Amino acid sequence: MSFAETFFNWDVLVNSFPLLLSGLKITLFLGVVAIIAGLVLGLIVALVRLYGVKPARIIAKIYIDIFRSIPILVLLIVVYYALPFVGLRLSPFMSAALALTLVSGAYTAEIFRAGIEAIPRGQFEASQALGLSYRHMMADIVLPQAIRIVIPPLTNNCINVMKDTALASVVAMPDLLKQATQAQALEANPTPLIVAALMYIAILWPLVYLVGRLEKKYRNEVAR
Amino acid sequence: MTDIVSISKLSKKFGSFTALDGIDLNVAEGEVVCIIGPSGSGKSTLIRCINLLEQFDSPGRIVVDGTTVKRGKELARVRAEVGMVFQSFNLFPHMTIRQNIKLAPMRVRKTGDQAADKLAQQLMQQVGIEAQADKYPDQLSGGQQQRVAIARALAMKPRILLFDEPTSSLDPEMVGEVLDVMKRLAESGVTMLVVTHEMGFARQVADRVVFMDGGKIVETGKPDAIFDDPREARTRNFLNAILAH
Ligand SMILES: Nc1ncnc2c1ncn2[C@@H]1O[C@H](COP(=O)(O)OP(=O)(O)OP(=O)(O)O)[C@@H](O)[C@H]1O
Ligand SMILES: [Mg+2]
Repeated sequence: MSFAETFFNWDVLVNSFPLLLSGLKITLFLGVVAIIAGLVLGLIVALVRLYGVKPARIIAKIYIDIFRSIPILVLLIVVYYALPFVGLRLSPFMSAALALTLVSGAYTAEIFRAGIEAIPRGQFEASQALGLSYRHMMADIVLPQAIRIVIPPLTNNCINVMKDTALASVVAMPDLLKQATQAQALEANPTPLIVAALMYIAILWPLVYLVGRLEKKYRNEVAR
Repeated sequence: MTDIVSISKLSKKFGSFTALDGIDLNVAEGEVVCIIGPSGSGKSTLIRCINLLEQFDSPGRIVVDGTTVKRGKELARVRAEVGMVFQSFNLFPHMTIRQNIKLAPMRVRKTGDQAADKLAQQLMQQVGIEAQADKYPDQLSGGQQQRVAIARALAMKPRILLFDEPTSSLDPEMVGEVLDVMKRLAESGVTMLVVTHEMGFARQVADRVVFMDGGKIVETGKPDAIFDDPREARTRNFLNAILAH
């Protein structure tokens, strides 16, 4: 068999394409769910970490440190295989979404914290001196400025979450990687794997490009 | 005359370091009080206690327009009544000049958009920056930025304006335009408490000058008395050192 017939076999591609497409959908859905949930969780944890009462701040810090230390694969396996022993049985999708969200939330929290801490003290003082409430200070002054700082690292984090969705295939979730390996076994040909790899690149390359652009943009226009 | 601010037995420690040591000071309605003194004497700390940007120690007490300054519900009201102008301007960089001025009246006083717009327009004229209305702070000179900061503080119609060395971070050629605006405010009867190194301004505009050193008020009096005939040796030394420059 020629190189092309092995790695880019047209018949195999046509046969396995529907399967790959369904895997791609699940991968995208899982990634988007985990990214959005991670963003919300991360913002809340960051605010607690910065402005909560002392015990809450400590808990937030511990959460952040633990979930930045644990390998996602380990966490995923714990969630999927260990939690059932305490009566909590989650579907492969739920397990993967939970694991990815917990980890993404920890990273996102650190990104938001760094963004908020990068806002000069004078901005907080000017807001307070004007009589703005805490809510308005955050919503009108601090977060709009922090967002500009955190968008490049947040986009980076999105890329990581999307990549890490592939780990879900180990808990039997029919995501893109899982479908590709199955199709490969079925067809006895690696073409589906190659196509899957190209699909991952196709989703993530634009994001990688975007991060580069954003970083350059925000370096140039300082605060606005 | 009624006192807008009355400060009694005010002390403030940073760790074991005493930054303020038993300050008593009243500012009457319409009065312009200038605070002078060497670096580290506690001038900034003193005015930052008035709107509780700095928490002071008990049993010190500050009353602003009848309201005791402390953490809690009343604090927002005190802060709304007390305007502050910082050395480093602290404008909101992501908002236009107009938005900088309109924000607090709309959020805190619940002023409508149109009314806030009219107010901003009038204040921008008053401080001479109406041509910059739709620019962003980083497109303005330091002097213009500080005049915006004054307009932003005035937009809340405060009972008193606090200034912390408003001209100290300006290039020399821009000091005058800011002092002119402050002079006009003083003449129009705005109550002001001004920390400054501009002795000319203090002498010309202040109703009263307060000299601080080591966290204490060493001497207070009419500008002429302080500048021409200080009673305390420390005041004399400070003025000699400054005027020798
Ligand atoms: N947050 C802080 N923590 C510790 N020490 C502080 C803090 N803020 C001020 N100080 C100290 O308190 C003293 C008074 O400071 P303050 O800023 O009030 O002086 P100042 O009279 O305004 O001086 P300057 O003319 O340099 O502005 C200084 O010795 C300063 O080092
Ligand atoms: Mg100072």
